[in-house]
Amino acid sequence: MSEPVNGTVEGHDDPSRRDFIYIAAGAAAVGAVAAVAVPLIGQMNPAADTLALASIEYDVGKVAEGQQVVVKWRGKPLFVRHRTAAEIQEAQGADLGGMKDPQPDSDRVKAGKEQYLVLVGVCTHLGCVPNMGGSEFGGWFCPCHGSDYDTSGRIRKGPAPKNLEVPEYAFLSDTKIKVG
Amino acid sequence: MSDHPSTYTPKSGIEKWLDARLPILRLAYDSFVDYPTPKNLNYWWTFGGILSLCLGIQIISGIVLAMHYVPHIDHAFDSLERIRRDVNGGWLIQFVHSNGASMFFFAVYIHMFRGLYYGSYKAPREVLWLLGCVIYFLMIATAFMGYVLPWGQMSYYGAVVITNLIGAIPLVGPSILTWLQGGFSVDQATLNRFFSLHYLLPFVIAGVVVLHVWALHVVGQNNPTGVEIKSKEDTVPFTPYATVKDAAAMILFLMLFSVFVFFMPDALGHADNYVKANPLQTPAHIVPEWYMLPFYAILRAIPDKLIGVIAMFAAIAVIFALPWLDTSKVKSMRYRPVMRWFFVLFVITCCLLGWCGGQLPEDLVFSLGTDDHGNAIGLKVVLLSQILTAYYFAFFLIIMPWIGLKEEPLPVPASISEAVLANHAKH
Ligand code: HEM
Ligand code: FES
Repeated sequence: MSEPVNGTVEGHDDPSRRDFIYIAAGAAAVGAVAAVAVPLIGQMNPAADTLALASIEYDVGKVAEGQQVVVKWRGKPLFVRHRTAAEIQEAQGADLGGMKDPQPDSDRVKAGKEQYLVLVGVCTHLGCVPNMGGSEFGGWFCPCHGSDYDTSGRIRKGPAPKNLEVPEYAFLSDTKIKVG
Repeated sequence: MSDHPSTYTPKSGIEKWLDARLPILRLAYDSFVDYPTPKNLNYWWTFGGILSLCLGIQIISGIVLAMHYVPHIDHAFDSLERIRRDVNGGWLIQFVHSNGASMFFFAVYIHMFRGLYYGSYKAPREVLWLLGCVIYFLMIATAFMGYVLPWGQMSYYGAVVITNLIGAIPLVGPSILTWLQGGFSVDQATLNRFFSLHYLLPFVIAGVVVLHVWALHVVGQNNPTGVEIKSKEDTVPFTPYATVKDAAAMILFLMLFSVFVFFMPDALGHADNYVKANPLQTPAHIVPEWYMLPFYAILRAIPDKLIGVIAMFAAIAVIFALPWLDTSKVKSMRYRPVMRWFFVLFVITCCLLGWCGGQLPEDLVFSLGTDDHGNAIGLKVVLLSQILTAYYFAFFLIIMPWIGLKEEPLPVPASISEAVLANHAKH
């Protein structure tokens, strides 16, 4: 503020009032933009009804050995697989050393219920639904970019970085599970 | 060009009245009637006009479709079938819109390769080029979201895979992904917002096109010699010369367009998109639309998730940087005997990348017999994609800067007019 205001010396001596207006207006504009931006951006996040996380119950006794049932859970496919003895053995015996996301099979199933494998059927690469069958490792093969998961749902080959997710679930009775 | 004085003279009283208040007719006259265009422009220069036509076609057909389309996961697919079968003329509008997107990309690729060959990105046209890149990027976004709207299997899994690319960003990726999808998977919220944005973006594109043309009219058009306009001898007025040439090219283009719309409307689409989206079952072979295939091939060429995603976006980003990567002083590759061969190789690379994008990565390009286990061995698509990806980036990042310094260009004509006369003397 070196220019004289209204040609008077007074203006020259008193820059603070004008500076104050500039700063106040600037701050108010920034505040207003932020106040508008927050709800505008926020509205795109999941709405309250979407967030109300649903849990489901399922009777795993309905799944025959060697079979898999796909149920919809929170908009995503949930794999409920009844593994054969050979598949369990393979899952438990696999060498963790060469794995991308090493995890023992025992961490992925409930103790005493090793035959049931419950997974979120979403490829950890870019979200496609892997198919049962077609896998080199006896598990799931993702048709999108060729990620290959074993009989424990662990990533063994292909671009996916992580194992298929095991959701939070518990056995309510011998065969009834509650997911979520 | 900016130094070209306005020659508009309002004739009627109304024109004079308007000219004193909003000189819009003057702007139109100076831009599209008396505008000086290089007199040696060839047919590759007609694609700008064709692209404007494409944008107009997409906007008009799109607005009509939106009168009948229902952006709901339970109704979108059926509403499209209804448009095709029951709405009066709906089949035509729908096929014009879906094939129009392909024609639009076909034209934009020619337009971009034209710019690349004739050095139209070099000073003083950097901003013009950047605005073009912005338009191209917006087109990709628009077409991607449009493709989700029919809510077929390809729509759905296209949306899943592309939105999940964002999830690859470390730390914040998953939150951004949820924000983008409006939930924990591609669902109603996603479809609804994609419809909203798909409606919006073409108008944003139209706005950037205005800037693009403005920038063009400030610096003037490039031409096949790459030599700037030096005198009036070098130019002809836009109307009738360019107008008629553009119109002729548009007619040819619309003929090609019609072949697709009327005789093979589904040739560029995928049968799987006539199956309603099923979040529980991915189709055996998902591929994007043909115009995105080269980028898809780059994504799949790289076995690491994050690096693959970065490479894919970098493949687009590098086009923006082109004006600062080319070190040659000569614009047109007509006079760049070495670079033009790398250009040809680049075009082939892009086409082959597109081909790779449509194959399964583990498929063989050609077979060299079988191994001990009876499995076929040979060149795998993924390996070919890797080689092509390497060339794609090398072209921009190594060849462009390096050849520009090393190459001995052919003699460049002194002016456009001289080049035209020399050409006439030869025949
Ligand atoms: C840059 C211009 C545009 C491009 C590249 C484009 C691209 C696309 C594509 C690829 C589809 C999928 C077509 C299919 O597979 O059947 C589509 C669908 C759709 N677009 Fe556009 N579009 C554009 C402009 C517009 C505009 C301005 C509107 C106006 C609201 C619009 C409304 C729609 C609607 C309602 C659909 C769903 C119906 C259908 O799939 O045919 N589009 N768009
Ligand atoms: S989404 Fe499964 S491999 Fe890419």
